Amino acid sequence: MSVLSLIIKREYNARVRNKSFLIMTFLSPLILLGMIMLISYLTQLNSNEKRTIVVVDESGLFVDTFFNTDETTYIAMDNQGLETAKDIAQKEDYYGLIHIPAQEGNIAKGVTFFGKETPSFGLVEGIEKRLEKQLTDINLLSKGVDLTVLETSKTAIDLNIENFSGEKSSKMSNWVKAGFGGAAGYLLMMFIIIYGNMVMRSVIEEKTNRIIEVIISSVKPFQLMMGKILGTTLAGITQFAIWVILGGVLLTIATVVFGVDPSASSSGAMSAQAQAMANDPNMMTQFIAEVSKLPLLQLVLGFFVYFIGGYFLYSSIYAAIGAAVDNETDTQQFMLPIIMPLMLAIYVGFFAVIDNPHGTVATIFSIIPLTSPIVMLMRIPFDVPGWQLALSVFLLIASFVFTVWFGGKIYRVGILMYGKKPTYKELFKWLKY
Amino acid sequence: MNALLTVDTVSKNFGNFTALNGVSVAVPEGSIFGLLGPNGAGKTTLIRIINQITMPDTGTVTLDGEPLQPKHIADIGYMPEERGLYKSMKVGEQVLYLAQLKGLNKAEAKKRAKYWFDKLDIGAWWGKKIQELSKGQAQKIQFVVTVMHHPKLLIFDEPFSGFDPINANLIKDEILQLREEGATVIFSTHRMESVEELCDHIALIHKSNKILDGEINTIKRAYKNNTFDVGVLMEPSAFAKAETALSQQFSCSPASFKSLNDELKLRIKIADDAAPNELLSHLQQYGQVNHFTEVIPSVNDIFIQTVNQSI
Repeated sequence: MSVLSLIIKREYNARVRNKSFLIMTFLSPLILLGMIMLISYLTQLNSNEKRTIVVVDESGLFVDTFFNTDETTYIAMDNQGLETAKDIAQKEDYYGLIHIPAQEGNIAKGVTFFGKETPSFGLVEGIEKRLEKQLTDINLLSKGVDLTVLETSKTAIDLNIENFSGEKSSKMSNWVKAGFGGAAGYLLMMFIIIYGNMVMRSVIEEKTNRIIEVIISSVKPFQLMMGKILGTTLAGITQFAIWVILGGVLLTIATVVFGVDPSASSSGAMSAQAQAMANDPNMMTQFIAEVSKLPLLQLVLGFFVYFIGGYFLYSSIYAAIGAAVDNETDTQQFMLPIIMPLMLAIYVGFFAVIDNPHGTVATIFSIIPLTSPIVMLMRIPFDVPGWQLALSVFLLIASFVFTVWFGGKIYRVGILMYGKKPTYKELFKWLKY
Repeated sequence: MNALLTVDTVSKNFGNFTALNGVSVAVPEGSIFGLLGPNGAGKTTLIRIINQITMPDTGTVTLDGEPLQPKHIADIGYMPEERGLYKSMKVGEQVLYLAQLKGLNKAEAKKRAKYWFDKLDIGAWWGKKIQELSKGQAQKIQFVVTVMHHPKLLIFDEPFSGFDPINANLIKDEILQLREEGATVIFSTHRMESVEELCDHIALIHKSNKILDGEINTIKRAYKNNTFDVGVLMEPSAFAKAETALSQQFSCSPASFKSLNDELKLRIKIADDAAPNELLSHLQQYGQVNHFTEVIPSVNDIFIQTVNQSI
């Protein structure tokens, strides 16, 4: 067996046999599941809250506008006067009070909401909509427009989206794409941080255990570093595979036991709009159709390529940091250059890519190596031009070859340095040793 | 005697710091070679170069007549000063892993591990983790790891630090036996007296330079200066008179050594070409000569003397 494969095997075993690996692997999906359940329960609880709102309509124009709903009860106190109504609302601990002044001047500017606390946006928006509609209707009537004619002449547009080569897509498919891309990008970032840290900690461990000198009298430091990175990668892939299998099993169980539609619950990352669509049986089939239409092979392949590339890129930096310091607390000063591009990539991904997958910002960041793994992964579902993919993968490979070389240099010197808290300047000097 | 290892004018700089300055050393095959010098002299750097952990800036190192190559890793066993093993790895796995890194196949590694574990009577530790062992126990494992692949050249950096006297003796005997079986041994230490008795060759390194090397008895012969510790039995009242008389003929200084009687104890230096017997017969007129030994300079004395001369 070659030396490299021996090291890979040892590193893999050291990760996988660790208790915390087992706990992380089997407990974290459960924790995630629990959190999702807790959040959905809390949201439900929040919206279940009953509210009572007093309406003081001095204009008399909004008699039918405020009808009761499941969540909100409206009490009309049109004749009591504003001050009395306020007193009552306060005494009874009502949620709030809407005051519509008599029709002097412009009602549109004179409506006021009184409440013991700032009302939620949803509530304010709902009230505004109702008022607007009623006022618009009144205005239209006064100008002689027949409302029924208006109603019947309304047309709904649902744009058919199709690219020049004839592939159809829809708004729904955009949400599906954004959801899958975003999830993949986020997952990649988590993997890089978690497993990069593992590489770093294991380097520090070898340094503090002082076994490093025994090992590198047998193997080249570069071999040790690569073995460590590869072994840890395999452990990461193992964990990922376990999660996929576990997720599949759990989903099946959930479907059978609770009769829950699995696709509906897995769309948690998507917008409310998409969920509303998913609840509609017609939309449901559309959703499944959209998922199956995703460039799944490309996505999986992309995840693989960018995971490996991005992971190598970052973990060789992590390894170099681990080699440069004596203990974990000293790593903080070097963490910023790692965390910053990752955070940047996530923000660019969630804002620029979802807004415009082929915009300048998204395109540039999906080609720059430090951010490309995450941003490009988010873009892949939206059909990225081949040359961009090729360029980005090429740059990624080129730069990971560079960081592995660079990390290897620092690693080689750093593992034998004790007792010094290195500065960036010093690390630069090491490159020349 | 053939040199197993030859270090030829090796220099190594770290930035502005010179760790080794044109050091040349030849380690004869089958010898126990002491690489001596104070902390920070450059011993560890030299050892790391021999182990191909760091590369020399200039100069060459040859092992068995060949310039150092990666394959020579299997020919060297190295126990660093800072001992270390994976704490959370099981002893057996760890020994096999490290042996395989040195090029043994798994079956062979198992066989040899079993031999050593039986020999040192530590078989019961096989399934334990290093962190469950005491420091001394872990050191034994470290020793096994160092010698398991039957290296031609064994390098021990501060070999006996961390061992209790019993285990230090045990390890010393094992090392001597390995030498009998044909291994060449390098000891590196700053505590020169600790390995002096074991070494047959030494090299002294001071401030990145080799200041002295060669066969230890040759060196000592070159540095001895016809000085003897003598003990003469006589009435204590006569001590002062005898000492004054002797001081007029020789250069004398008080000496201290263990003896059962109350004697006049002196360290006496005679002329370099004088015969010791003349001193002995001269002493006999003062009384019974109970003690007469030549003062052999210790490596430490030689070292201090050499350093002072070179300044």
